[in-house]
Amino acid sequence: MAKTERGTPTPPQVNSESTAILLRELVAHLRQGRTQLREEWARRITEAQLLTAMSREEIFAEATAVYENYVEVLESGSVEALENYARNLSERIIPRGVETHEVVGIVLLLRDVLARSLFQKYQGDFALLNRVLDAYEPAANRIANTVAVGFVQERERVIRQQQEAIRELSTPVLQVRERLLILPIIGVLDAQRARQLTEQLLRAIRANRARVVVIDITGVPSVDSKVANHLLQTVDACRLMGASVIVTGLSSEIALTLVTIGVDLAKINAVGDLQGGLEEAERVLGYKVARESAPVTLVGSGGSPVSL
Amino acid sequence: MQVPILKQGDFLIASIQAALTDADLRQLQDDLVHRVSIYRSLGVIVDVTALDVLDSFACRTLSGIAQMTRLRGAKTVVVGIQPDVAFTLVQMGLRLEGVATTLDLEEGLALFNRPTN
Repeated sequence: MAKTERGTPTPPQVNSESTAILLRELVAHLRQGRTQLREEWARRITEAQLLTAMSREEIFAEATAVYENYVEVLESGSVEALENYARNLSERIIPRGVETHEVVGIVLLLRDVLARSLFQKYQGDFALLNRVLDAYEPAANRIANTVAVGFVQERERVIRQQQEAIRELSTPVLQVRERLLILPIIGVLDAQRARQLTEQLLRAIRANRARVVVIDITGVPSVDSKVANHLLQTVDACRLMGASVIVTGLSSEIALTLVTIGVDLAKINAVGDLQGGLEEAERVLGYKVARESAPVTLVGSGGSPVSL
Repeated sequence: MQVPILKQGDFLIASIQAALTDADLRQLQDDLVHRVSIYRSLGVIVDVTALDVLDSFACRTLSGIAQMTRLRGAKTVVVGIQPDVAFTLVQMGLRLEGVATTLDLEEGLALFNRPTN
């Protein structure tokens, strides 16, 4: 019953055979109109203000390569070469700040340009046009999908790699004077990193017999209650090791945020900037730093005098 | 195991060499407070360098020692907390409030001998 309503299903073999013939015809058509269609596509890309990070020539060169690959996929039905190309392309354009929507946008534009040319060619025979589109659409969708997924995957790989790099980036604990350490923290402070950092700091305190530690958080982009708690834990742990902590580099925005969300930092000894922190630490340790004579004038590499 | 308490001038030094039971800790607390009054000591140093673990009861006892000796006019310093111990303590939320801490015995003695204190 239901079958007859939907019409007699064509045997799959015949269907795929006719699709293959149509696709061949399609490929021949695309090869023939190559120059014109490619130019049309490049024009549409510029018009839509996509890939603004690249020059016209570059866009045209990439457009050519993508076009060739596109036709290739339509012809052979294998997306492997396109996958490789997409990955390669992503690798090249991601560092230049090309966004996902741009890549998806240009592939969809190409799909649109080609579909329009098909409409124009087959507009006389509506039934044939329908069959051509039946053959063209799934392949085009698959191509768009492959390119977009390839781009996103590459991007995610880059992001993962960068995260790894940030995590592995050791936070140096530096001794600036006897019994005085500084710990400049740069980057996001999450639970794992805070733990690693604290352990490193505690070991350094033991190894250098430090009495004062200056933690500089100028390079920490945002401080919320979680980060503040990590800091408090670090400060307490240092105190248990007999070292006092001076926190520097709390910007006015961060101070405002912390007070607004009600984090109690009363136990933290905070000084405005790293210089102030070092001066305070020197005071605690009993150092007295004074300038002995007038500043020495050195000649810098550019030939201009540099005063110290 | 009983902890030896040494008298060094105006100060008392208790060096814990092995993990203590709760009873040993209480004993140490009683001994220290008692001796502070006998010797009229000005300071107490508890050395925990050899300890790999400080549990919550030990922390409470150390805080107790600090508060009791303070009432007898003596300051208590805990010296030689290991990095791992310090980290574990703050993670458990044990902060040894009110107890002075220094890196090692030398620093502890220096703290008492500093003119400002």
